[in-house]
Order: sequence, then C-alpha cells, then structure tokens
Amino acid sequence: MENNIAVKLQNITKTFGKQVVANKDVTLDIRKGEILSLLGENGSGKTTLMNMLAGIYFPDSGHIFVDTDGNGLKEVSICSPKDAYELGIGMIHQHFKLVDVFTATENVALGLDKSIAFNKKQIALDIKAICDRYGFKVDPDKKVYNMSVSEKQTLEIVKALYRGANILILDEPTAVLTPQETDMLFDVMRNMKQDGKSIIIITHKLNEVLEISDRVSTLRKGEYVGTVDTADATVSSLTEMMVGQKVTLEIDRNEPVDSKERLIVKNLTCVNKYGVKALDDISFTAYGGEILGVAGISGSGQKELLEAIAGLQETVDGSSVEYVDPNTGTSSQLIGKTALQIKNMGVALSFVPEDRLGMGLVGSMGMSDNMMLRSYRKGFVFTERKGPKNLAQKVKDDLEVVTPSISTPVRKLSGGNVQKVLVGREIAAEPTVLMTAYAVRGLDVNTSYTIYGLLNQQKEKGVAVIYVGEDLDVLLALSDRILVLCDGKLNGIVDARTTTKEEIGLLMTHLREEENDNG
Amino acid sequence: MANVAVHKREPLVRIAKRDSMPLWQSILIRVLSIVLALVVCGVIIYMLIKVNPLEVYKSMVEGAFGAFKEDYKFFNRRTWITIRDTMMLLCIAVGLAPAFKMRFWNIGAEGQILVGGIATAACMIYLKNLPPVLLFICMIGASLLAGALWSLLPAVFKAKWNTNETLFTLMMNYVAIQLTSFFVALWENPFGSNTVGIINPTGKEGWFPPILGLDYLMNVIVVMTITVGMFIYLKYSKQGYEISVVGDSENTARYAGINVKKVIIRTMLISGAICGLSGFVAVSGASHTISVNTAGGKGFTAIIVAWLAKFNTFTMILISLLLVFLDKGAIEIASKYDLNDYVASMITGIILFFILGSEFFVNYRMIFRSKEKEVQ
Repeated sequence: MENNIAVKLQNITKTFGKQVVANKDVTLDIRKGEILSLLGENGSGKTTLMNMLAGIYFPDSGHIFVDTDGNGLKEVSICSPKDAYELGIGMIHQHFKLVDVFTATENVALGLDKSIAFNKKQIALDIKAICDRYGFKVDPDKKVYNMSVSEKQTLEIVKALYRGANILILDEPTAVLTPQETDMLFDVMRNMKQDGKSIIIITHKLNEVLEISDRVSTLRKGEYVGTVDTADATVSSLTEMMVGQKVTLEIDRNEPVDSKERLIVKNLTCVNKYGVKALDDISFTAYGGEILGVAGISGSGQKELLEAIAGLQETVDGSSVEYVDPNTGTSSQLIGKTALQIKNMGVALSFVPEDRLGMGLVGSMGMSDNMMLRSYRKGFVFTERKGPKNLAQKVKDDLEVVTPSISTPVRKLSGGNVQKVLVGREIAAEPTVLMTAYAVRGLDVNTSYTIYGLLNQQKEKGVAVIYVGEDLDVLLALSDRILVLCDGKLNGIVDARTTTKEEIGLLMTHLREEENDNG
Repeated sequence: MANVAVHKREPLVRIAKRDSMPLWQSILIRVLSIVLALVVCGVIIYMLIKVNPLEVYKSMVEGAFGAFKEDYKFFNRRTWITIRDTMMLLCIAVGLAPAFKMRFWNIGAEGQILVGGIATAACMIYLKNLPPVLLFICMIGASLLAGALWSLLPAVFKAKWNTNETLFTLMMNYVAIQLTSFFVALWENPFGSNTVGIINPTGKEGWFPPILGLDYLMNVIVVMTITVGMFIYLKYSKQGYEISVVGDSENTARYAGINVKKVIIRTMLISGAICGLSGFVAVSGASHTISVNTAGGKGFTAIIVAWLAKFNTFTMILISLLLVFLDKGAIEIASKYDLNDYVASMITGIILFFILGSEFFVNYRMIFRSKEKEVQ
C-alpha cells in the first residue's frame, strides 16, 4: 500500500492572518499513476493546499511526504517552486506563468541550468519528444503572445514535464477551454497517467470529475471530507460531499408570462481593432419576462454583443438596437447614446470578466463605495453616502456576502462574493433589461443557485434577462430561449425547453450558412 | 534526482501579509523606525567625526527651529523659514495628489511651478499699479492658469492617444526651465546680473502681506486652505470619487458611464493648476524673485511626500515637515562641523530608508521558524 503512494500530505494547516483558515488538518494521499480530482466549493482551500505542494506557500504545520525515487516516502519541506520541481512536482496555475514575448522553447529554457538553457536546439528536440510521447501539439518557435489559451496551457504542462515532473497539479484547467480542447486535454492526461504520472486536477465541474478521474477527494471549508473512487460516485453524491447538504440540481423555470418586446436588435455589426468583424449582422428580439440565453464558444462575440447594447462598443453604420420602454410603450434607438444614457434608461450590464474585478467593480473600494458607482451622481457636488451604505448592507444580508465589513476592499473578498456584490448591485438598480455574462464563472454550486434564483426573480418581475453562459446544462435549464453565436454570427435561436445539448453544440461549432454555401 | 537534499528544514523566516493593524501599533512602528534611524546615524557620525551624536542632533533641531539660547522663542526666524518651506513642499504634494490618485504620474511639477512662478512674476512686474486685491486675484488666476496649461498638453495626449505621461510631463519640465531662462533674461535687473533680482523691493507690490506682523502666516493660510480643500475634494466630492474609480480600473469607469478622457484631462488640469499656484506661493510668498532654481527639485521631493502619505493630504503635512526639517538640520550640521553636503545627504538618506522600511513591517509580519512570533 505504502509503496504505491506518490505524495502524502499529513495534518496540513495553513492560515492567512488570524481569521482565515484556508486548510485545517488536511491529510491526503496521491497514488502513483492515478488522476485524482480535488473537489470543493469556492474558498474551500483546494488551490491553497496545492500551492503548498508546489512551493508557493509553506504550511503552518503538518508534514509532506514525497516518494522521489521509488523507494518509499520521505518527509520533505518545499520552500520554493524550485524545491517542488526538484521533487518532481509541477503545478499548472490558473494564471499562466509564461513570458509573452518568448517562444515556447525559450519559456521552457527559462530558469534552467545555464549549461543547457542556451542550447535551444536541444530543448526544442526534447519538447518534441515529450509532445510525441503524450500527444501534445506545441510549436517550439511560436511566441506566447500568438498562442491561444489552450496552447499556452499545453506549453505549461510541457514545461512541467520537461523539468521532470512526475506529479502534475492542474488548477481548474478546463475553465478556459472549449469542449473540444477539454477533450484533447483529457486525452493527454490519460496518456500521462499511462506513463505512471500522478495527476491532481482541481475542478468544480462534476461531469469532468466523473469523466477523467480515478478517485475524488473533497475539501469543504478548508477541511478534508473524504475520498471516494470515481466508479462509486454520482453527481448527487459528489455534490453532497462538496456542499454538505443536498442541493436540488433542478433549476426552477416558469413559463414566461405576458412577454412584450423589450429590445429589438437589427443588423448589429461590430469591428474589432484588427478590422475583423467581431459581430456580424446580428438580429434578434429580447422579450420582457423571459431569460434569453446566449451560447457560444468563448470569444464568439458574446462580449461585443452585450457591450454594443450597453453602449460600450462602437458599432458599424446600419446597426440598430431599439429599446421599448415597458411603461410608456415608446421605443427609442440605443445606438448613438452614451453608456450612461443607456444605463439610466434601465439597461443594466453585469459582466464578470476572467479577473472578476476588471469591469464593474473597484477593487480598492469597499462594498459601500462600489454601490456608489451607480448612484454617485445624485446630490450636489458631494457624493451621497447613506443610500449606498444601506444598499451595501442589504446586498450583504440578502445574498449572504461574506466580508468582514462593507468597507473592506472588495479585492480582498473571494471570487464568489465579488460576483454576488456585482450582480446584487445591478439587480438593486431595478433594471428593465439585465444583461449578465458569466455570472456564475468559477462559483460553487450553492452560490450559483443563488444567482439563478435572482435571475428568475428578475424574469418574473418582467425584466428582459440576457444570460451569457458557459455551462450548457445550466443554459438549457435556466433559459427560455437560447441564442447561439458562432464566430460572431447568429447561428440560430432555439427553444430551450425542446432543444438538446447536441443541437446547441452543433450550432456553436458549425456555421449553418457555411454549410449552405458549401452545399 | 536521487541525490537531492529532500529533508530540508523549514525556512528561517517566512513573510506573511497582515490583515490589519491597530492604528497605535502602526504609529509606534513608524516612530520606532525614526528612533532607530537616529541611532544608526549617531553611530556613523561618531565613527566619522567623533562628535557626540546628541550634539549633532541638537544642531539639526537648531538648524530647523533656531538656536537654543536663553531667550529662546519657538516662533523665531528659523522656525518660520522651516514653516515656509514646509508649506511650499506641501502645496506641491497636494497638487500631485489628485493626479497620483488617478495613477497619472505627473512628474512635471517642476515645470508647472516654474510657469506658475513666471506668471506671478509677470503680474508683479507689469500690473504693480493695480490695487493690491486686484493684483492678487490676477496673480492667483495667472499662476493657476499657467500651471493648468502646462499640464494640458500631456493630459490631452494621454487621454486621446494614451501616450506615456511620465516622459511627457518630465520633458515639459525642461521646456519650462528654458522658458524661465528666457524671462530671466527679459526681466534682468540690474542689467548684466543675469538675475531678476528682488521684484518691487520698495513698494513690495504683490508680496504676501504680513499678517499679525508675521511674514509667512499668509503662506500657511493659503496652503492649508488648499490642503483641507483637496482632502474634502478627493474624499467626498463626486469628482474625487470618479478619480478613484478611474485610478483603480478604467474599464470599470467606462462601464459606470464615467467619461474617462474627461476625468483624466480635468484631474490633470487641477493638478497642474495647484502646482502652478505653488509657483505663486514661491515667488510672491517667499523669494520675491524668479529664477531657474525657483522650483529647485521640490517638484520631485513632493513626489516622495505624496507617496509616503499615501495621497492623504493631512499626512502630507507631517511628511513635508519631516523632509524640510531633515534638510535644514543637515545643512546646519554640515556648516557647523565643517563637513560637506554629502554627510547631510547621507543622514537624510538613512532616515528615509528607515521610514520606507517601516512600511514593510506595517504591512507584513515575519514568522520565525518553529515558534510563532510576531516581530514589529
């Protein structure tokens, strides 16, 4: 038994400051040649635990044992990523640690011993050998800034393997990948497993856990809950382990009532800075009292679509976004209006970017001051503070935002709480159109359901909700209709109640017009 | 890989971020750092010149606040000069505050001071026959306008084409210095001296009038008004809020419907205008002349002031006072003990090093191996 264990974590505790206990007394085994999923809600300490293995953090107490040479476990102390590499541990972080202006080879060479670091030819050959062995595709001479997210991730993995990693840690690797890329990654992971490598994958996505891993270990609020064989696990049993209580996986969905045209988009076209059409002749209508889902592979024009409606994106002549006021019934053109004018008309946008703070929130300000972002123009010369303060308190209570105080900089909150603040504020403004992109990005199951509930409430109030999502299952369960974007073009609007995942998947990847052209 | 030292010990010291710290504790750390700096300085001074360090510190205090004779009065000439210079530095730092808060690195205060000074001097020379109140309004208006204009160019370029404001404002300084040289030549008095000389030495037109018999009380009033005003502006006004948002995230500002370009230009104009006004304080309230040395590097020193104070205008008062005190004290000991300027700079450097270093201990704590021990 002992001999097939690659890494053993024993009674690991890590605290940040006095209050935050990220990991408490965690004991975990990683076997040789297995794929272990590390599952847990946001802030359950998965990444922290792995960072201690990768030498980013040092545990407050506890022991780490690593089998470095096949002769059994030895206690080690990992003080730096370099130590981790020497022990054969490599971690692929969510935010890639690559130098943009370097080629793939140069990035691998970076930090290597001087004796080989400048022998780029040899390194390129070695990279090729690794690629052939596991089925990677890496162009050694490609510069990182020319690479797609998937290519960068692949390079990170190759870099870790090149340095002799036997234990690979992947931190939410699929969050940034398309379904196809995810499949490719999983193939490679299986190849690495065959080769005897131990792989730890941190993820929220239960279907992926079931698909790829041999065993699943769960953390909850920093504490180790248990490990099960994937063969014995189901979505609901894993969810229960993760959240500690049964969560209904069904999302309530009422029939839209009394839906009226709210937003009529016609021939909407945007050109990005490279002169490529990011949005190409999009026409659709959004109704009040319904949730219109927007599906598409990331970068298919979702961001541009929402920004164009919100007045944050230049549009090409001929584009039209007509807004019908629910109270008066009069319609007005949004194109040509400023972001502020559009906002004041009741069109709210809550866009959750990858870094969560980049758009919509001010990291260094507290909840209270962030609430003010929408209302600070009230009052004469000086800002009015009482309203935002009350609102912040209300959002904090209603959405159970975990923060020491409403004046704590939101930068210090965990991702899920930041998103609650963002969505809570937009909803508090009582919009008539609520556009939200990636509202549950990186959120745990519980928080996600809170957000779905909020969106449904808005729908029932008669708000036209436009929901850009990544998870097809959620889109299918939550939306009334689903608009599918493909390469900046509108590839179809389907009824979410009758359509299938396969149909949407096909619409996301195959442009119908092209097929027609070809045929 | 087999011969890797696998059983390493825990690192001796680990560094962890602090959550927060009670105010008194952070103040204590900062005070301790200054004490420690003085001790280190003392040791070095003793090693170099074998003078009792306490004597040296006493000279420093005397340099800034007057010699301790029997009839010592705190508000003597030297103290007032120290106050005057503190106010000057404070005024510039306050001017930099809005721009810095917006993450617009205005390092062109030197130039903005000079053009403000030129405008003031021009008013004093050409409009000296106006009634004093009117003359002062002209001087204030002209210096504000000159400083604002000097910052307009980098601001517009930044807003429209996202040019690098650091280089732009820096280069504007050299233009301002050349411009000053031109005006010095134009207003040369007496002829051939290559200086402007004291402007209006007899009628004292455009000089800050003494208040309650005190020459520099006016400086204090003017600068403190701006300091308080800026504090309120940044903290409580809508425009101040916009500055914070733009400084933190331009995307968020755009999203909230804030006109980012407008805020950049407006804030930079305010910043430049107040730096221009410091030129007015320098010329009308202190030197009563204009030269290429009117700014004298204070525009750069003020950057340190603004940063150390974390853009809090009230904290800037203390920091400005400290820097001016160090400067005066250093000059005093240099002359008294027949040392050169380097010793003075060295002492200033050591003290600043410790002050900056104390910020580390305020924000982080150190955990030593095995036992959990906080070090402050």
